[in-house]
Amino acid sequence: MLAYVARRLIQTALILLGISFVTFVLLYLVPADPARQIAGRSATAATVENIREQLGLNLPFYEQYLRYLGGLLNGDLGRSYLQKTEVSELIASRLPASLLLMVGAIFCELVLGLTMGVVAALKRGSRTDDTLMIASFVGVSAPQFVIGILLLYVFAVKLGWFPIGGYGTFAHLILPSITLGFLGAGWYSRMMRSSLIDVLRQDYIRTARATGLTRARVLFGHALPNAILPIIAMIGIDIGLFMSGIVVVESVFGWPGIGQLAWQAIQRVDIPIIMGVTLVSACAIVLGNLLADLITPLIDPRIKLR
Amino acid sequence: MRNLLLAGVAAAALSTSAMLAPAFAQDIKQGGSMTVTYKDDVSTLDPAIGYDWQNWSMIKSLFDGLMDYVPGTTELRPEIAESYEISDDGTVFTFKLRDGVKFHNGRDLTAEDVKYSIERTVNPKTQSPGAGFFGSIKGFEEASSGDADGLSGITVVDDHTIKFELSRPDATFLHVLALNFAHVVPKEEVEKHGADFGKHPVGSGAFRLAEWTLGQRLVFERFEDYWNPGVPKLDQIIFEVGQEPVVALLRLQNGEVDVPGDGIPPAKFIEVKNDPKFKDLIIQGGQLHTGYVTMNVKMEPFDKPEVRKAVNMAINKDRILRIINGRAVAANQPLPPSMPGYAKDYEGYAYDPEAAKALLAEAGLADGFETELYVMNTDPQPRIAQAIQQDLKAIGINASIKSLAQANVIAAGGEEDQAPMIWSGGMAWIADFPDPSNFYGPILGCDGAVPGGWNWAWYCNEDLDAMAKDADAMVDPEKAGEREAMWRDIYLKVMEDAPWAPIFNEERFTIRSERIGGDDKLFVDPVHIPVHYDEVFAKDVQ
Repeated sequence: MLAYVARRLIQTALILLGISFVTFVLLYLVPADPARQIAGRSATAATVENIREQLGLNLPFYEQYLRYLGGLLNGDLGRSYLQKTEVSELIASRLPASLLLMVGAIFCELVLGLTMGVVAALKRGSRTDDTLMIASFVGVSAPQFVIGILLLYVFAVKLGWFPIGGYGTFAHLILPSITLGFLGAGWYSRMMRSSLIDVLRQDYIRTARATGLTRARVLFGHALPNAILPIIAMIGIDIGLFMSGIVVVESVFGWPGIGQLAWQAIQRVDIPIIMGVTLVSACAIVLGNLLADLITPLIDPRIKLR
Repeated sequence: MRNLLLAGVAAAALSTSAMLAPAFAQDIKQGGSMTVTYKDDVSTLDPAIGYDWQNWSMIKSLFDGLMDYVPGTTELRPEIAESYEISDDGTVFTFKLRDGVKFHNGRDLTAEDVKYSIERTVNPKTQSPGAGFFGSIKGFEEASSGDADGLSGITVVDDHTIKFELSRPDATFLHVLALNFAHVVPKEEVEKHGADFGKHPVGSGAFRLAEWTLGQRLVFERFEDYWNPGVPKLDQIIFEVGQEPVVALLRLQNGEVDVPGDGIPPAKFIEVKNDPKFKDLIIQGGQLHTGYVTMNVKMEPFDKPEVRKAVNMAINKDRILRIINGRAVAANQPLPPSMPGYAKDYEGYAYDPEAAKALLAEAGLADGFETELYVMNTDPQPRIAQAIQQDLKAIGINASIKSLAQANVIAAGGEEDQAPMIWSGGMAWIADFPDPSNFYGPILGCDGAVPGGWNWAWYCNEDLDAMAKDADAMVDPEKAGEREAMWRDIYLKVMEDAPWAPIFNEERFTIRSERIGGDDKLFVDPVHIPVHYDEVFAKDVQ
């Protein structure tokens, strides 16, 4: 187990190195000149050159990359070109909001997805089943900004049940969490439905019913714990999905997380922030996958890690 | 010429033209709070570095400089200077500072601080985008290249007197001193916070920064020891960032927001303007902005003036104004109407496709030609480019549209042989200060026609450059009218060569809640965008 974890961590480091390289190359190729951007429209050519030198942008590509890597090893993500602030500070100040949103989204997708899946499985073939599966289909396919704006318009603007975007209280958390969790809920309801249908067909379920247990006890005591296993393992992978989702959801709801930070930085080509957020997200995705792999054998002893 | 201007005299003289009748201004009680929202984070509040429309006026409220403008106008007046004196040859400016100007940390502001602040802006280590504005001060070359520590042209005579010696007479110098880049910072705080000073700004302005939660909000509080009693009117301004403009409008309706800083989203403009709930909350004003199509005079066939004039005549500006819902007025020259030097009676190139075709034929291009039109890729710019494309097609010019991110269009414009035509919308040009010279040098003069420059037409007329130089050497206020006429002439001569097709001058539409009061001019101030934070007041504390 320990050897496995060590090996996976080394792999993780290599993957992150690869990601940092690819991102750095892509941003290097963007035809916007950061030195000119910082210098502004009134600067002389000499000023621009001077800034280029101070930032090391005049160096050959590999040297720039090595310098960046050197900084990374010291935990230094560089300074934002436009915000003039340490990128690590910007990310650190926004990470709690993103994590909170992800927790909310995981909660929403589990509650929504599992409930829908269980009901659909129990009412298999009925109109309820059809309706729920269409809803899950919508959840999987509808763009998040559409769902977000729709929820905002109906529940915040028209009905006034929730604040119109923003951050701070529990009420602020609900709509963005549902929006972000809706996609996962769509997947989970389908997985839960097929998994539960599968389990309900098993012999031990029939035996349990035959011993005289109530339907509810069979469902909650025997069927669900077995049906839920494959889903728990998925949550780690969800973190990756969320990383792309928060960029949209945070912008729609004015949620001060790293997704919003990334979106602003992309629009203004603030390269150090784009690099920083990409690396942090990549970290989260890779660690999420690792977590998923580590959890699986705990809940299903048949799976062994090698 | 000796020109001694006492602030008291100036104030009395200006109050007639000032937007608030004095009796009224004194009646306004200080107090109350205002909430302003923005979509984007506030980048930095360091006056030497901040250079976007969002932080520009915020910095103006936190810091003060020697010069400023009468609120709501483009009229210069001394700020922390009490008076100033200009030598006869226009190369020596001497300022007397007011007594009792304090920094937010309690220390008195002295002439030494003024010198330090400007030298800091010019110092290459600061990486200030505004360093170039101080090019007329003696010793600029040495200081900006890092060879000298300070500017030899700035002398601290005593605690309250500072003298600037210029290497050439500069009629725009007072405007330059009103820029944020000349605002005064306390050395000890800059050294304490280093590169993070922009996040911990300490100045001598009407407000001080009380709170900054990154990515969420900033709070400005009234500076009790401000030298100008009665200013600011508000006790507190809360800036909420990360708010979509559409959401901000909804919150304005709910009474949660007073000023949506990003204004009315273009897509909602007609709806909001006709909505009885919003109609009376919108204030319209001019802007020191011109939108234009540049034609690269170094690329064929735009090297022929006939072709450039034909493009000028081919574009139906009224139709473009309809596309942007009338948020602008049609332009026929580089300067916007609210800029001194604007030629009111100039008719420009009227819309006339037939005459345009004739001009093309004259240039030997009766069958038209293929070209490219570069444009920034955010709405409504591509739609405007499409309208221009259709108009050009009508006279036989087939322009394909290159819609790119802002930084990429700017980069293409700075190359000699990249972009034959650029629609400037969303990128250029808004004046740094209300003086006609600011629309020339970087965007029409030879200095701007260099790689990485902003003269995207690559237009360089040495005669006009010489005229511009002469005009800017006319420092004597008595000759202001003559100077203005000279600049008017320069721009009309530019139009004879037609390197641009001026399209429109954007208008500003500020929306504010019923609670916030003040003269309309304060909400469309040419320098303070979106509103003049120091001067607007809260009606609920009156």
